[in-house]
Amino acid sequence: MPKVKVDGVEIEVPAGATVLQAAELAGKEIPRFCYHERLSIAGNCRMCLVEVKPGPPKPQASCALPATEGQEIRTDSEMVKKAREGVMEFLLINHPLDCPICDQGGECDLQDQSVAYGRGGSRYHEHKRAVTEKYMGPLIKTTMTRCIHCTRCVRFSEEIAGVDEIGALYRGETMQITTYLEKAAHHEMSANVIDLCPVGALTSRPYAFEARPWELKKTLSIDVSDATGANIRIDARGREVLRALPRNNDDVNEEWLSDKARFQVDGLTRRRLDKPFLRRDGKLVQATWNEAFAALSTLNPAASIAAVAGDMVDCETMFAAKALVSALGSTLLEGRQTGMDYDTSSLAAVNFNTTFNDIETADAILIVGSMVRWEAPTVNVRLRKAVKRGAKVFLIGPEWETTFGGEFLGEDLSLLGNLPGHVADTLSGAKRPAVILGGAALGRGGLEAGLALAGQFNLVRTLEDGTAWNGFNVLHMAASRMGGLMLGYAQKGGIADLAAAKPKVLISLGADEVDYTKFADSMIVYIGHHGDKAAHAADVILPASAYTEKAGTYVNTEGRVQFADKAVFAPGDAREDWTILRALADAFGVSVGFDSFDQLRAAMVSAVPALGVEGLADYGAALPAGGGSASGAIAYPIKDFYMTNPIARASATMQRCSAELLHGEEFAEAAE
Amino acid sequence: MADRYIEPDTPELRARWGNFAWTEANAAKAKDIVARYPEGRQRSAVMPLLDLAQRQVGAEENTQGWLPIPVMEYVAAELDMPIIRVVEVASFYTMYNIAPIGRFHVQVCGTTPCMLRGSDDLLATCKSRGMKKGHISADGLWSFTEVECMGNCASAPMVQINDDNYEDLTSDRLNAVLDALARGETPKAGTQDPARHTVEPVGEPTNLVAMMTENHDYRSEW
Amino acid sequence: MALLDKDRIFTNLYGFQPWNLKEAQARGAWDNTKDLIARGRDAIIDEMKASGLRGRGGAGFPTGMKWSFMPKQPPLDQNGNPKPSFLVINADESEPGSCKDREIMRHDPHLLFEGALVAGFAMGARAAYIYIRGEYIREAEVLFAAREEAYAAGLLGKNAAGSGYDFDVFVHRGAGAYICGEETAMIESLEGKKGQPRLKPPFPAGAGLYGCPTTVNNVESIAVAPTILRRGAAWFSSFGRENNKGTKLFQISGHVNRPCVVEEEMSIPFSELIERHCGGIRGGRDNLLAVIPGGSSVPLVPSADIWDAPMDFDGLKAVGSGLGTAAVIVMDKSTDIVRAISRLSYFYKHESCGQCTPCREGTGWMWRVMERLRTGDAHVEEIDMLQQVTKQVEGHTICALGDAAAWPIQGLIKHFRPEIERRIEARNGSLQEAAE
Repeated sequence: MPKVKVDGVEIEVPAGATVLQAAELAGKEIPRFCYHERLSIAGNCRMCLVEVKPGPPKPQASCALPATEGQEIRTDSEMVKKAREGVMEFLLINHPLDCPICDQGGECDLQDQSVAYGRGGSRYHEHKRAVTEKYMGPLIKTTMTRCIHCTRCVRFSEEIAGVDEIGALYRGETMQITTYLEKAAHHEMSANVIDLCPVGALTSRPYAFEARPWELKKTLSIDVSDATGANIRIDARGREVLRALPRNNDDVNEEWLSDKARFQVDGLTRRRLDKPFLRRDGKLVQATWNEAFAALSTLNPAASIAAVAGDMVDCETMFAAKALVSALGSTLLEGRQTGMDYDTSSLAAVNFNTTFNDIETADAILIVGSMVRWEAPTVNVRLRKAVKRGAKVFLIGPEWETTFGGEFLGEDLSLLGNLPGHVADTLSGAKRPAVILGGAALGRGGLEAGLALAGQFNLVRTLEDGTAWNGFNVLHMAASRMGGLMLGYAQKGGIADLAAAKPKVLISLGADEVDYTKFADSMIVYIGHHGDKAAHAADVILPASAYTEKAGTYVNTEGRVQFADKAVFAPGDAREDWTILRALADAFGVSVGFDSFDQLRAAMVSAVPALGVEGLADYGAALPAGGGSASGAIAYPIKDFYMTNPIARASATMQRCSAELLHGEEFAEAAE
Repeated sequence: MADRYIEPDTPELRARWGNFAWTEANAAKAKDIVARYPEGRQRSAVMPLLDLAQRQVGAEENTQGWLPIPVMEYVAAELDMPIIRVVEVASFYTMYNIAPIGRFHVQVCGTTPCMLRGSDDLLATCKSRGMKKGHISADGLWSFTEVECMGNCASAPMVQINDDNYEDLTSDRLNAVLDALARGETPKAGTQDPARHTVEPVGEPTNLVAMMTENHDYRSEW
Repeated sequence: MALLDKDRIFTNLYGFQPWNLKEAQARGAWDNTKDLIARGRDAIIDEMKASGLRGRGGAGFPTGMKWSFMPKQPPLDQNGNPKPSFLVINADESEPGSCKDREIMRHDPHLLFEGALVAGFAMGARAAYIYIRGEYIREAEVLFAAREEAYAAGLLGKNAAGSGYDFDVFVHRGAGAYICGEETAMIESLEGKKGQPRLKPPFPAGAGLYGCPTTVNNVESIAVAPTILRRGAAWFSSFGRENNKGTKLFQISGHVNRPCVVEEEMSIPFSELIERHCGGIRGGRDNLLAVIPGGSSVPLVPSADIWDAPMDFDGLKAVGSGLGTAAVIVMDKSTDIVRAISRLSYFYKHESCGQCTPCREGTGWMWRVMERLRTGDAHVEEIDMLQQVTKQVEGHTICALGDAAAWPIQGLIKHFRPEIERRIEARNGSLQEAAE
């Protein structure tokens, strides 16, 4: 732990810290553009120059210089002030200074730092450089004249995304950042470069000219486009969500966000169910809430009722529905819409136990039936980090383009019982072995066979340093999955049990992936927000709220309980889901025991205490023994990354991504 | 001083170069080149392979050679490296021609040591022959670039044309070289001063006189 | 006293005789290299230190000391295996004015290969890469051919020259980038990337080529090593002043009667060098305006200061410049001095790699202002502004290219400010006249 002096104040810094980190620990702000905690050190912007003794009599790039014992660091000297002014001036001479028409305005590092560290005027009287725009696809808008060549975007795509497609061509003052042949950036995390870009060179295309940051109301929320529970911030103006941005959470999404999570939000205003509908003479017709409940109150389902939860619903909605169904005397609850029926008696057996953070430290990983890039893009980033640290990765399932290498062993689940020798050897020899089962691996005996591997390779163990290691993981795709399982949304036979019971009423909580032909005799009451697949099958549509329009609790695939706030009001006559279910209880003449959201949440927490505590729920370390044999070719459920949920399917941005990036359609560049 | 740009990727370009592959001789050379670097470091070979590819393109179309996008992709695939990294390299180093080029690439050094010795005259000579920076002459023979110091300062001014240097030039001497090339001849490379061998002081020798006539061994004089 | 031919290391400097192995050996190359190596690493390094040889690539760092920085015990890689060490020979001779390594490589390449073996052995290197600038096409052909000869004769490769030491030498051609002469940019380039300098630390001796310990030496530094070892440190250090020892290849270009490359002793006065080998200044001594004594990166020296200056590190430092690569660019009074420097500014703008801000943006700015100063299309205050801009570049960049771009301009302003002001006034005057 070296001791250094920063502006005369002595502090102790962690070994391996840089001078920049040391200065920050001392509470000094060090301006920077190229430096980013999660990227390699480039040292090219020269904005972070400080004076360091001992050393040469010139300012040093603090981001790249190790802090060593006895250093005297000055961030406030004349030399440093001049250095910053000089670098700032150089950065600005060829910058267009078009802040009034730049979307980065108001949240621009260059703008902020030029105010703080620049000199007042410009001495540059030559022609400014102009750089042609580079097409980077439907998500990233470029204004390359603004680029300050910090290379964060280049480093992100190479180091984090693992898709080497952005580069800096030419050299000197003609250096230009571009994708190869100006093709669209082609991976699921591409838009993170928008956040990384410290200037307005790379901005959000869908959000272009929509709003200024100071007009926006910012709400902390949780993403529901996959089961990782990425922490997001919803930026809204009035009733409209204008963008979703990642929040920093080292345990979950670090500071990244998948393109879908970021850009599906324009789907929140399209194809919305904003009025109740009733099916009359085979046709859905608009109704008022009163008419809808009047109709429903005549149903008298008694115990012949079931509820199926969709992939994006929050725990409160599921608990409210459960309360209603229970009050009527039924236990028919299911969330696995597509028919999965794996055993859920142990939640540890269906959870991502290693945690996202620790999977980075695994040294041998077997991935079964998961196309991680599409099913959990931010986890894919972690796997890449694990491999960079030396982990060996094997995969069972159809081949996909990984960003971390790895060896594909075959496509059949039977491999679980018959691993090639070198794979078994690697897993046995590993200190931190891990198995990841994706959704496609859970059926046909896959979960049990996977659990058997957990026993065979001692995936649950105590590490040398005394900490616990649980290398058994299930990687879900639905944001509602773990919460649903905690609330009992699982039948032994899966949704088939619901169909077999032929319930008089089936409550569908935004469940758009269910095969409703199996419920031909049921009255289908759809409580959801988008006119998607389920709405067509519904007999009654009760317009509800999307994830941005209600507070809610979500549990990610690690069993991590997280809370989201309400950002905007639902459109039209749509209501928050729990209020609809509460009203339905009245219509059905039963009591659910809560009249407010707080009462509902209290009831839920008293039923399932873990849901009241932010953080990892404890499912215990014990895993069922598993066993048996699995077989059958694996097929990944996601056919189109951009079209996995009703919001995304309604999103023009996601539709264009799908068409352009996955189906090779060309879009003529509209003159903007 | 021409601005460099990458020849756009068009269907015609794909049709012409999409099937680029090493000739048998170059395949052997490429193998040799890759073997110069430690195992797993084959990316180091990207510069020599781009040069080899450029020369093969040149041989095929009887020019100095250049690097169409599909050819860069071929080199990237050979070395198992991301194409964007290959394009970065090709666009960074000035000797890779990233747009079509003529049969003779006349590269006049214009940096100060040559400028002091009269490179302005050479530039004017080229201009008077119709050469334009960054353009290929109508007959396909000439491409012209003003380049930076070529390291022939003691025999300045100089011009590099494809693989050979022509030094100690005057306007007349350059015209003679260009005329010879146009006629399909191979003019003598190196200094164009008839009184000079290489970079010794022209005229009366000031040192190493014995070496002029025999392979002298000075060790006996130590 | 003039340097005698018998004390010249590069006896085939002008290529009057063939470069080939047989002739090179007849001149003394590869003479008992085995015995040189048998002296052992430490003895070789000590001899090199004693010789006083300072790096011939421009910075003048003592060569023997540089070799001694290489780790005696190789560091281990991820799997616990010892990492190899590398010698990289900098033959990317691109500094305007410099043209000496070219003569070594095309006329006496075996001195270089022998030096590579000796130096590589002394620093415990597994192999050497000679990074030759791409434009030296014929010179590279000679290197490739000479290398073949050396391998065929058993002088390189397994049990090189019968020494019991295995050592490989490879030739790697650049492709047109001055910046690759910077040692870490050269390493990047060797790894197949753009030649963009690395941040230091780590220094190449710790983590260089492929992350392995690496030393980068100039061609001349390596090529003189075998002769120094054969003739002894005392012989080499008998030339030149204290701290500036040895013989050196000078390259004289520009306005002399007979430009040439010549090996002379260090510390030879400028006047002697010019009078003896170059036939004097064009138009006589009085016609001399200024000299750039060490390649484009060093500030110019006006005629009065340079005439008697000893041509060595300290002598040229004393007149506000530097020896650099001993590339002497002579300018007589016919020279448009502002244009001569402006052309160098263009060179640096052209060769900036673009990685770090001050150099990427500053070199273009400086050149554009220089071009206006050339024609007088400026305000007098802009001279001071330009001076400040050069100071904003100097010392703020990753590598020394920023400094190299700044110094020539600073030298110009220091010594020729009245000339710049005269042009501005002349132009403003003529504009005024035109307006009236």
